[in-house]
Amino acid sequence: MKAAIVVFPGTNRERDMAIALRRVTGHMPRMVWHHETDLTGLDLVVLAGGFSYGDYLRCGAMAAHSPVMTEIRSFAQKGGHILGVCNGFQILTEAGLLPGALLRNANLRFLSQDCHLRVERADTPFTHKWKKGDVFRAPMAHGDGNYTADQNTLDRLDGEGLVAFRYAAPNGQVVAEETASNPNGSVNSIAGILSENTRICGMMPHPEDLVDPLMGGVDGLPLFEGLVEALVR
Amino acid sequence: MKVRVTVMLKEGVLDPQGKAIGHALHTLGFPGVNDVRVGKIIDLDVDGTDRAAVQKQAEDMARDLLANLVIEDFTVEVLG
Repeated sequence: MKAAIVVFPGTNRERDMAIALRRVTGHMPRMVWHHETDLTGLDLVVLAGGFSYGDYLRCGAMAAHSPVMTEIRSFAQKGGHILGVCNGFQILTEAGLLPGALLRNANLRFLSQDCHLRVERADTPFTHKWKKGDVFRAPMAHGDGNYTADQNTLDRLDGEGLVAFRYAAPNGQVVAEETASNPNGSVNSIAGILSENTRICGMMPHPEDLVDPLMGGVDGLPLFEGLVEALVR
Repeated sequence: MKVRVTVMLKEGVLDPQGKAIGHALHTLGFPGVNDVRVGKIIDLDVDGTDRAAVQKQAEDMARDLLANLVIEDFTVEVLG
């Protein structure tokens, strides 16, 4: 699997992501600066977390219009796989590659804590190492992770099974109104979603930060192991 | 010409900032504050003398970048 991480001014989680990708592929991913326009030969493009362009205007709004995004759009059209985590998820929604938007957390606080995610489908390149209903721990660190979308979009996400992960209690129970299990107030506890072809995944929490026992756990590792298996060639 | 783009969260989209400000106003003893919504004002100084063209250009800017139409509405006002 040939992977690249896109780096915008203000991206700051690219090295965490690189460690996770190196752990499963055995080599460092390519780092792509936001001015670059060549994505040839890649199987996976990752948009990492951070505060691209200082979160000016809206989180991800400026990055969504940067030169590399034209190439990422065409990479997506050709069926390329894209993972967007945290600010990367915000960028994917601002770019229109995933539906909906991320609002300010419902309690207005920047949330830096662990959360639990329930796997909503296990037949995608991002989730097939889990079983449907599995729960895993993931760190979250964001001020604007409160997912929202209009009712039609929410119906479509549910109807077509495009919700990848929901915030849940450790026992797997999902209660959107409960701050303890749905800390940022996301509608229907949505933590991560998929494109229609399930090749683009955006999520707010950080699976890349739990991929080694020295980090405190390997809860996030199945996502990266699954990608390597799915994208082997 | 000067043109002002006002961006507001859509009706029905939760505005936690507005809620917090409303709560603070209540705490300060201001009576009768039913709802508070927070938005952005973006003032632009652009080339051109044709009001309609400037209006149209600012609307395009709002649609392409200044507002996220998933969650926000905008209005454009040519100030002259």
